[in-house]
Amino acid sequence: MNFFLLSLIKAVVVAFVLLTTLAYLQWVERKVIAHIQVRMGPSRVGPHGLLQPLADVIKLITKEDLIPPYVNKVLYLAAPFFAITMALLSISVIPFGAEIHIFGDSTWMQLTDLNIGILFVLAVSSVSVYGIALAGWASNNEYSLMGGLRSSAQMISYELPLSMAVAAPLLLVNSLSLRHIVEQQAGYYLGFIPRWSIFQTPMPQVFSFIIFLIAAFAETNRVPFDLPEAENELVAGFHTEYSSMKFAAFFMAEYSNMITVCAITTTLFLGGWLPLWPASAGSNFVPAIIFLLAGAIALYHGLNPVRRRDGFTLPVVAVVFFLVAAVFLVPLLRGALLPLFWFAAKTGGLLFVFIWVRGTLPRFRYDQLMAFAWKFMFPLAVLNLLVTGLMVAAFS
Amino acid sequence: MDVILFLIFAAIAVVCGFNVVVQSHPISSAISLIGVMGSLAVLYLLLGAEFLAAAQVIVYAGAIMVLFVFVIMLLNAGTEIRQGRSLLAQVLGIPLLFTFLGLMAYFAKNMFPGVPDAHFGGFTHGTALDVGRALFTQYLLPFEVVSVLILIAILGAVVLAQKEME
Amino acid sequence: MTSPGVPLSWYLILSAVLFTLGIAGFLLRRNIITVFMSIELMLNAVNLSFITFSYQLKQVNGHIFSFFVMVVAAAEAAVGLAIILTVFKNRSTLNIDDVSSMKN
Repeated sequence: MNFFLLSLIKAVVVAFVLLTTLAYLQWVERKVIAHIQVRMGPSRVGPHGLLQPLADVIKLITKEDLIPPYVNKVLYLAAPFFAITMALLSISVIPFGAEIHIFGDSTWMQLTDLNIGILFVLAVSSVSVYGIALAGWASNNEYSLMGGLRSSAQMISYELPLSMAVAAPLLLVNSLSLRHIVEQQAGYYLGFIPRWSIFQTPMPQVFSFIIFLIAAFAETNRVPFDLPEAENELVAGFHTEYSSMKFAAFFMAEYSNMITVCAITTTLFLGGWLPLWPASAGSNFVPAIIFLLAGAIALYHGLNPVRRRDGFTLPVVAVVFFLVAAVFLVPLLRGALLPLFWFAAKTGGLLFVFIWVRGTLPRFRYDQLMAFAWKFMFPLAVLNLLVTGLMVAAFS
Repeated sequence: MDVILFLIFAAIAVVCGFNVVVQSHPISSAISLIGVMGSLAVLYLLLGAEFLAAAQVIVYAGAIMVLFVFVIMLLNAGTEIRQGRSLLAQVLGIPLLFTFLGLMAYFAKNMFPGVPDAHFGGFTHGTALDVGRALFTQYLLPFEVVSVLILIAILGAVVLAQKEME
Repeated sequence: MTSPGVPLSWYLILSAVLFTLGIAGFLLRRNIITVFMSIELMLNAVNLSFITFSYQLKQVNGHIFSFFVMVVAAAEAAVGLAIILTVFKNRSTLNIDDVSSMKN
């Protein structure tokens, strides 16, 4: 097929999947935090609150779109647009799976593979600071300006440990292309330990993983580093003066950044779309088994419902899960779906960690946050890079 | 295709560069300069300098210009008041600048008469591997010297930004 | 078969145009920060020249030079902005005509 047509189709599919995931990530977050806090979460709009994101979108679109008269109009309108553009741009280099063959064409499950893929991601995250800084400035409001400056300073401070933590596994895989990075993590030690970056000799990248994850929390302005935009600090920070869809754009940008950062962590450290143990030992049936178990649990609870409505919705959920398990057993689709499942499972696990931390930890004060970056994280990241370099030089 | 891309991004670069000089508020100049750097990064990609293009966006547009934008926001610099512009400087200076520009363009055009055109993909040794190899073998001494330079710059900035001793 | 490429002299002319705009900004503007940004514009124009010549000579040395120019520009921006902040703290003005107390 024509290269441009194929790329267009891939881009449309990825954009659609990403935007749906964004909306339902918010649902998952609200439900998980609610259950951590021993309450129900959204449960009224649709079964188990599944239509809540739709209700939120309708609410945000129909809210009054007020542009205050004292703002700098050009920058005020450009800032959320810029933020969401940069947030969605970095998805384009992430490898979701292996090569697939459809209708005689073979293509990779990745929008584009750049030679400098990981540098592209770092570049886009460097430039996305401007969306927030300009939003704070354009609002012509002391509190927004301070919130914007604090958030931008936090983001550029944590870019340093982030970049150093990215450089360490690159010493092991010797490539900047994200596809090569995943391919270098194929294979197994002793037949069952996967050769992911966090397990690789000569230096397992466990510290890089932890440093990267902590720096990623700060880069995406998530708890415990979300002081600049928390609702009870600084009158909601840099997005005080924004309403309706522009406000929604900032939140979409934040969740999209979260998904991107988890996807990059998966690619760099957890082996991307590679399975946990070899296919010869039966890892091809893992998704089918998981969905069968989930369907069985839903069916069990559906037959003894706590609420009367669950007697109807939970068996429907069980049937859906059984259908998905059946799809994973079809040999024709297995080549495309299995890598996608492993990638989604690992990224989803990391997203759950993000949400779990939000429900559990208190937030840092701003000076503690900056001191943590410059006096602890950055020296630790440099030390990690040094030790990795020494081990690679000594053992190869 | 190369010509179209070059013309689009060269036009963006020139318009943004003109904007840097002409705008009265420093923040508009800063944003125009970010536009210049972005379009130059695309031109570097057309010339096969992929590592430099990434470094341009990460270092120049993503760090140095952030510093500029921070300083402008912190100082709350207002629009510039035009005063003390001598008419002689404008009447004589701007035509002379254009003459200088014309001379440089003429020399540029006639310096290498038989040189083939630049294609995207004509130079493939601009990868991180090649730049790294040259940087750590042939240019190792300037690399170390430049790291000392950055250290001095950090110390200088820290000393200048300290609160004065009471 | 292949589309016509871009003549290398066009890149050099673009570099000349940006450099001249940088000089114009440096000489004509009165705000310290805008003057500084014109200097950065000049440095960017020079980077484009280096990379063009590196393409022509098919060597990577131009990229290395460009890299060092970027590093020096970063160091200069850090120290220069710190100086600007100190000048603003002492004189409360960003107009370079008003900080001319060392002139005759």
